[in-house]
Amino acid sequence: MEPKASSASQPFWEATKEQKFLLPWCKDCEKPFWYPRVMCPHCLGESIEWKEASGQGSVYASAVHWKPGMPPAGDLKPPFVVSLIDLEEGVRMLSNVIGCEATDVHEGMSVKITWEKLSDGRFLPQFEPAS
Amino acid sequence: MSYDLREARGKAAIVGAIDAVSSTGVLEGSTRALEVAMIRGALEDAGLTIGDVDGIFACTGGMMMHSMELAEYLGITQPCWTDTTQTGGSSFEVLVEHAAAAITLGHCEVAVIVYAMNPRGARKSGGGGGMGGMGAAMAMMGGESPQMEWEMPYGLRMPMGGYAMSADRHMSQYGTTSEQLAQIAVSTREWATMNPNARYQDPLTIQEVLDSPLQCGPLHKLDCCLVTDGAGALVMTSAERARDLKKPAAYVLGTGTSHTHSMPSAMPDLTVTAGAVSGPKAFRMAGVTPNDVDVLEMYDSFTITVLLALEDLGFVKKGEGGPFVAEGVLGPKGSRPAQTNGGGLSYTHPGMYGMFLLVEAVRQLRGECGPRQIENAEIAVAHGCGGVLSSTSTVVLGTESTL
Repeated sequence: MEPKASSASQPFWEATKEQKFLLPWCKDCEKPFWYPRVMCPHCLGESIEWKEASGQGSVYASAVHWKPGMPPAGDLKPPFVVSLIDLEEGVRMLSNVIGCEATDVHEGMSVKITWEKLSDGRFLPQFEPAS
Repeated sequence: MSYDLREARGKAAIVGAIDAVSSTGVLEGSTRALEVAMIRGALEDAGLTIGDVDGIFACTGGMMMHSMELAEYLGITQPCWTDTTQTGGSSFEVLVEHAAAAITLGHCEVAVIVYAMNPRGARKSGGGGGMGGMGAAMAMMGGESPQMEWEMPYGLRMPMGGYAMSADRHMSQYGTTSEQLAQIAVSTREWATMNPNARYQDPLTIQEVLDSPLQCGPLHKLDCCLVTDGAGALVMTSAERARDLKKPAAYVLGTGTSHTHSMPSAMPDLTVTAGAVSGPKAFRMAGVTPNDVDVLEMYDSFTITVLLALEDLGFVKKGEGGPFVAEGVLGPKGSRPAQTNGGGLSYTHPGMYGMFLLVEAVRQLRGECGPRQIENAEIAVAHGCGGVLSSTSTVVLGTESTL
């Protein structure tokens, strides 16, 4: 299932068309946050700026999907892995780690961003082993 | 100036408790018919009538305004308290907390809390479904949600994928093993062998759990709860009125509720649930410690759910749950008996299991449990967990001797 952009996340999805990975930052408390919201979840500030992220992170936890539920947006066959990625900037996001065996993905593994094309010109951020 | 919750200790009680399950997993009848049967049965259990009811608590079974739709159907036209709080599987512990508060403050005197779902029966007849009107309500909202945007595109299986990530993290952080998690399913099944209403009553081994197919690794099929039909109801009233009723009351000694997130990727620490807040709050209000608890009924949607609850409630230190359960302590011969009806893993699980924790806790305190009865049970804990390890609500109950 492809993601449906919300009003708060339009800039994020627009940038993915050029494979740019943006994170929302609060101008008031100067912290990044994830997922995109109409305000900052640290201080309720509504002044938000988008900054390009490094795309580097490490795996916090994973679930190897042998028996999936709803089909993913990407071209993945079970077993595929759904992981929480701690990004260098200090936020955590859910994604897939691809480019290796699902069962080889482990906590602390360094990963970097990669892109999966969606049907409408946007790209879905995924991760792959960094080395 | 804030009210000292300890003054509310024991001021309200559960006086009627009933459930309906089937060893085939299927119950006949619509969810509304099941609700009506449960309310009739719970009132009879309490020795009260529908005319006594002035508080109505329901969070499923209607389209959106559950308590209002149910009250109309029952012919209750002027309740003094109405409540449809929905926190998933922990909802019924939350509703007990709300009912106890409402009764203690005098807003209402006799509260009815009810639940019915028939995911199996409805599947057979092609209608209804496990979440009743909730699917319809979600469709009305247009399907736009953070989860639809940021989790579902990655194929996260709901809710199991979230629990699997927690289990994975607990394993990497603390060295917990699949064998230790499997022992939770095995101990729970030991209780189910003594419950003629349980869905599964044959003994289970660790090897059988490990040999069952991986669903979302590291969780195997037998690490996961059942999908069955089920229903239940509770009647609550004031401690004064409880003393004159038919059966011994289960007094509400303490309650606590919290939540940490809604979707699993927003859980701040995958190894710590809101039980670390709701549990200590309930124990403090009740004036008891984990060591005082005779009967422990913890939500067991998955084996990892139990492990985290044991740690967060303080029955064992954070990270030490694996070796603790590996000794079989949760079973009938163990030192920390838990999930005495066979739990969501072996007894029943219609989707929001918290009702059955409370019904079993009341039955244990009344001494109604036959071969699975815990001797001299005076203090019981029902600990619900809803969403994807998102919300917890802890209820401490006690017999009259604990007041």
